[in-house]
Amino acid sequence: MSDVVLISRRTFLALGAGAAGSLVLGCRITPRDAATGTAPVFVPNAFLAVDGEGAVTVWVPEAEMGQGVLTALGVLVADEMEADWEKVRVEQAPVDPERFGKMSTGGSTSVREGWEPLRRAGATAREMLLTAAAARLGVDRSQLAARRGRVIHEASGRSVGYGELAEAAAALPLPAEVALKKPGELRLIGKPIPRVDTPAKVDGSAAFSIDVRRDGMLHAVIARCPVFGGTLKAYEDRAALAVLGVRKVVRVPTGIAVLADSTWAAIRGREALEIAWDRGEAAAWDDARIARYLNERAPAKGVEARSEGPTVAGAADGATRIERRYSVPFLAHAPMETLNAVADVRPGRCEIWVGSQSPTRLQAEAAKRLGLDVARVTVHQMFLGGGFGRRAWPDFGLEAVEVSRAAGAPVKLTWTREDDMRHDLYRPASLHLMGAAVDPTSRRVLAWRHRLVAPSILEQLWPGSIGDRLDEMAVSGAKDLPYAIPGIHVDYVMANTPVPVMWWRSVYASQNAFANEAFLDEIAALLRKDPVEIRLELLKGSPRLRKTVEMAAEGIGWGRSLPPGHGLGIACHASFGSFVAHAAEVAVAKGTVRVLRVVAAVDCGPVVNPDTIAAQMDSAVVYGLSAALRGRISIRGGAVVEGSWADYEPLRYAEMPVVETRIVSSEESIGGIGEPGLPPIAPAVVNAIFAATGKRVRSLPISGHDGFKAWEA
Amino acid sequence: MAKPIELVVNGERRRIDVEPEMPLLWVLRDVLGLTGTKYSCGIAECGACTVLLDGEEIRSCATPVSEAAGHEITTIEGLAHTHFHTLQEAWIAEEVPQCGYCQPGQLLAAAALLARNPHPDDAEIVEHMSGILCRCGTYQRIRRAIRRAAGTAKGAAS
Ligand code: FES
Ligand code: FES
Repeated sequence: MSDVVLISRRTFLALGAGAAGSLVLGCRITPRDAATGTAPVFVPNAFLAVDGEGAVTVWVPEAEMGQGVLTALGVLVADEMEADWEKVRVEQAPVDPERFGKMSTGGSTSVREGWEPLRRAGATAREMLLTAAAARLGVDRSQLAARRGRVIHEASGRSVGYGELAEAAAALPLPAEVALKKPGELRLIGKPIPRVDTPAKVDGSAAFSIDVRRDGMLHAVIARCPVFGGTLKAYEDRAALAVLGVRKVVRVPTGIAVLADSTWAAIRGREALEIAWDRGEAAAWDDARIARYLNERAPAKGVEARSEGPTVAGAADGATRIERRYSVPFLAHAPMETLNAVADVRPGRCEIWVGSQSPTRLQAEAAKRLGLDVARVTVHQMFLGGGFGRRAWPDFGLEAVEVSRAAGAPVKLTWTREDDMRHDLYRPASLHLMGAAVDPTSRRVLAWRHRLVAPSILEQLWPGSIGDRLDEMAVSGAKDLPYAIPGIHVDYVMANTPVPVMWWRSVYASQNAFANEAFLDEIAALLRKDPVEIRLELLKGSPRLRKTVEMAAEGIGWGRSLPPGHGLGIACHASFGSFVAHAAEVAVAKGTVRVLRVVAAVDCGPVVNPDTIAAQMDSAVVYGLSAALRGRISIRGGAVVEGSWADYEPLRYAEMPVVETRIVSSEESIGGIGEPGLPPIAPAVVNAIFAATGKRVRSLPISGHDGFKAWEA
Repeated sequence: MAKPIELVVNGERRRIDVEPEMPLLWVLRDVLGLTGTKYSCGIAECGACTVLLDGEEIRSCATPVSEAAGHEITTIEGLAHTHFHTLQEAWIAEEVPQCGYCQPGQLLAAAALLARNPHPDDAEIVEHMSGILCRCGTYQRIRRAIRRAAGTAKGAAS
């Protein structure tokens, strides 16, 4: 099976691409199919075209949500094909699962999965253009070189542009073998290439779905039951319909939609609705009950994830034992662009404009609801004003479809900030029972135990999908503890609540890394070891992670003397194929913790764009710090309390630490970059707080810590 | 309905027929189709909706359109035609945006800062810009871009 294919004229037209006489190749960025684990039939889902003018277009199936994926994937193709980057456009591939396969963006997979196939597609195009040029110039192929969109015959000084060669190249058979460039030959990969989406993002022209306008479009908001799982009893819409600009009020499966000439009128109309909800059983849940429930579940024997060597209880005589509990709260995703979608449902067809991390799932579910063939549902992928995992769930797109269907008009459904925060699917709260046995004489760790008690994302989203088997997703980062400890025992106790849960930037690594790394610091203190030293010792078998610890420690100036109230902390974690250590400097004064500086050391294998890596480290640190310092979703009466930026306030400018990224130069396997920078930040900060104050923070957020106000240096 | 309201948006005179208390944000986005100005909270907490009113930064989500009548409004669509286009160039040079959603508000807030203080130091930048949230964490680059536009950059690595 070839992994690069020539694209037929028919498929080519579906891409909306230009003229005949273009060379078009397809390749596949394989979506991981976790459900079946089967290798999908070869259906290309990324494409490149060279037209008669020499313009190159690359279509990629991934969503751009700030991670720079359009640029990164475009660069992979362009470098191998020796395209002139100035003439390369990168576009979103059409959402068409029958022709182009499933699409999803998440798990920091884009560059990892595109790394091979996209370069191979680019190299294939380059070879075909070279072969066409050899025929055109009447010289041997071996005397030609491809360079920035042209084929050059150095001996004669003649050259010919890709545009003039495209048609002839398209008529050639696919080469059986193509060689990828050697590292020294790369021109774009590894360089800080400017992002293709930047210009549109500084002049207001970048189109998010919230910016889409259609003829005859109405603006809608939905009143939903504040309590999870609650249902509608009755409603009265007379006052709402009397609000100036309100056009319609319709029932949809998730609540009552108010449609109006403007978003503002719709919001005011919604305020005028009188609604009686049946709040249902979840109304009896609040924070205290959730905490109680997790604690009650804790003694249960969990499903074993890893069991090696001596247990904590069974460790040798003379061992010292330490047990600690860590916990983290539910968190909202809260992207800057609230959830929204535009839908236009007509007889026999449907169009949706959306920023989605899973457009094909949305398309399939919309088709099912409307009783349409998937091909009759068109999904237009827009820029995402932040995703963080939330936009992988199709609920908000489906709501827009329902509203459009019920109202018989094109509709823009906007979630207000309150809606977005109170009807999210949340990062699971969790409880971690940590235990260790250490030998005080040899100062070695003998055994480690981690029992995770938390809701299962997979079981809650797809009941029955996990049952009493191990939820591998939940234990990621706990099970694969990288430390060389003779005994390691990890188990998982499922503790589902009525609060809906979903993946949140770095999924369960954000909880498990916090517990691992904060607890390891406690062990270090018990053994009177330096936190960097203990990691370096225990990471002998994990050289890539070890190296990041060294670099981060060196970068922060580990061991230097500090002003009173300052402390340094370190933490590391491997996730999504990459290795990251953060070293943080904090300053603690009465009632405030300030993170002054973070050195982020990362090994993600070969670097596609160092500037994007630095940006993603800034981003992960800010997202993770916002959560660690004060992020918390609280439940009262089965509903979310927080509803505004004041209640759930991301890091502001004045709180931004200096973040310095250090990249390990590496030829190892390529890893992701959107998520791996997040897990180590919370533990690095609590470890630094300990260094500054001698106080351990074992539950997040830090601001919720008892006695926080009284802390002094 | 009250009588039509006259606005001057990016140098163009616009007459609109809306309720005087409709926030300027929704007039810009839903009535005039200037969607570069963003909604993110609607209650003056995040700055995504920042525009200039006679050169002063305001939160358009919390400004009734009647208050804007007769004043010069500058939105992101009009920024390129002011002498603050240098900010946009600096934003590109420093590769500031990630998802990009907060950036129109950031740019207009930065323009208001430079209008008042053409050579702000870091502390002044931080203080002025703290009202505009960025969930993607682009703050460090925003500071560098403002310094670059103000001609006070310490060099690309500062
Ligand atoms: S939308 Fe106006 S400040 Fe947030
Ligand atoms: S760039 Fe995404 S919110 Fe600022």
